[in-house]
Amino acid sequence: MADSTAALSIRGVTKEFATPEGGVVRALDDVSLEIDEGSFTVLLGPSGCGKTTLLRSIAGLETPDAGEIRLRGERIDDEPVWKRRVNTVFQSYALFPHMTVAQNIAFGLEMDRVPKAEIAKAVESSLAMVRLEGLGGRRPSQLSGGQQQRVALARALAKKPEVLLLDEPLSALDLKLRRGMQMELKRLQRETSITFVLVTHDQEEAMAMADTVAVFDSGRIAQVGEPRDVYLRPRTRFVADFIGEANVLPATFLSDRADVDALGVLEADLLSGTEGLTSGQPGFVAMRPENILWSRDEQGQARVVDVTFVGGDLRIDVLVGAHPCAIRTSSHVAEPPRVGEALRLEFPAGSVRWVTD
Amino acid sequence: MARARGKAGQGSVWAAVPGLVYLVALVLVPLIIIVIFSFLSRAKLGVGVKWEFSTQAYADLLFSESLAGGRSFDPTYLQIILNSFVFALVTAGVTLALSIPIALWIATRPAERRTALIFLVTIPFWTSLLIRTYAFVIILNDNGPINGTLGWLGLIGEPIPMLYTPFATVTGLVYTFLPFMILPIYASAERFDFRLAEAAYDLGAGKWTVLRRIVLPSIRPGVIAGMLLVFVPALGSFLAPELLGGGKTSMIANVIAAQFGASRNWPLGAALSVLLLIITMLVLVGFAVTAKRVSRTGGSNTWEAML
Repeated sequence: MADSTAALSIRGVTKEFATPEGGVVRALDDVSLEIDEGSFTVLLGPSGCGKTTLLRSIAGLETPDAGEIRLRGERIDDEPVWKRRVNTVFQSYALFPHMTVAQNIAFGLEMDRVPKAEIAKAVESSLAMVRLEGLGGRRPSQLSGGQQQRVALARALAKKPEVLLLDEPLSALDLKLRRGMQMELKRLQRETSITFVLVTHDQEEAMAMADTVAVFDSGRIAQVGEPRDVYLRPRTRFVADFIGEANVLPATFLSDRADVDALGVLEADLLSGTEGLTSGQPGFVAMRPENILWSRDEQGQARVVDVTFVGGDLRIDVLVGAHPCAIRTSSHVAEPPRVGEALRLEFPAGSVRWVTD
Repeated sequence: MARARGKAGQGSVWAAVPGLVYLVALVLVPLIIIVIFSFLSRAKLGVGVKWEFSTQAYADLLFSESLAGGRSFDPTYLQIILNSFVFALVTAGVTLALSIPIALWIATRPAERRTALIFLVTIPFWTSLLIRTYAFVIILNDNGPINGTLGWLGLIGEPIPMLYTPFATVTGLVYTFLPFMILPIYASAERFDFRLAEAAYDLGAGKWTVLRRIVLPSIRPGVIAGMLLVFVPALGSFLAPELLGGGKTSMIANVIAAQFGASRNWPLGAALSVLLLIITMLVLVGFAVTAKRVSRTGGSNTWEAML
């Protein structure tokens, strides 16, 4: 049975698409995910990783080939889209151009046969919720992108869905507006305590908003967890590199140490994530740029290829053997390294993360 | 002598002259002749007109003269005009009902297949309308393929009379005008953002609600253009009622043709033509007003551009 606290329970969902060339693409490959009631869950991944297909499967706009989707314990994957108590904020907003803002918001309520007087009240309160009071009589074409975005939100939230699905809702907004809307979405989620499931390819956006982030990699979920946990303890090389920046080097596990390509053997106390590994197992180690300590050393393993000031940080690009690596350090360092210098690299205890392919 | 060249993309009146001459000579002049003829008298021996002012033709539209010389109201011509209206409306309605699903279906195909399907829609234009209408004489005949098949299957004992009925006329008209309805509706439907339909489903709307409240308002410019392109020519159509409708279902164009032909009453024929022209213009004005309202309420004004 589904967990009693799960708003959405996704089990073994698989979906394939035929490509125009006659091939088959597996957009979702046996995906399972539990989404907690009242949580803000972000499905994160590069384009084409299946995250939007999963969102559309929950909404009912795609039909999975296999697996089941439960909403508060009830199976919904065989229900038509218009019966599901979930609503979507579309990437394109999909506002009805021939209707006013108020008519757009009222549309979903009319479908539920809500009495007229109640609809009028709900439209007003929805507009107030997204801070668009007084714009009910406008047409979508008379609004800015940010305002259209708010109307799309108000239209979906007015139905009081059990789960609100958001498909890359901020991707069309400029950076400054996007930051503001991220805070706004968090506020709306807290105030309504509706479960939000948001799809994005922007890891910073995911970090800023999510209670739980599910990282997608080619149709599968690579890792699920709190953003901080996923950042600090990535399990795969893909997750390490996609969430924040990581230097990933091939390595072999030797009883409790790691033999890293071009770096040499790293002692057990530096490593994390090695539980359950067997000696001789190949894999990768991932190191965050800010977790690399450097010092000048003629015999050092790293050679500086570039030094860049990034505000308060100094970014040092080095080559370790043939592997490019990045180091972040404070700009306040007395004597920054110069291109061509050799550096010795050291790592704080537990900061070298063992990851699989 | 050097002359300043016009800016690129700016129309020159000289380039338009041949077209304008053509229009004036071949459209406006005949129209003026028709209007003049309608106010002349009938020639003694039929062909042509007598150059003598008369409003007799217009009187003949509404009244008939008995042998004794008395005049009485005669609704025959009004009846035929009304008939033509009904035929044109039914034709427009049937083509609309057939075209919306076709246009939407084509518009939702992948881009490269859409082009091929639209190409197929235009295939009827490859042969003459006369030949295609004659083909319907064969199809709807008592011994034609429809009656033949039904009889062979044992579904009917006697052939169903289809040819020379109003049904045959409407069938022919619908066939003739179907592409003129499909193409403008497709043009609108192709630009329709089907994500709007998804959004409507997502908000709880069923298929019919999506069609009625989201799709139809968005393709309304195409529907209006299509109605115009079908209704107006259908009102004045000659071939289908002539070949398929038989004598029983005359439309106004057939009556006009008869006045210039067998009946040898050119002024009456001209007066009927003027009446048809006035009705057509009233319909156009009606459409224009409707379309203005549509474009004010957010629809695009494609059809206005088409006019």
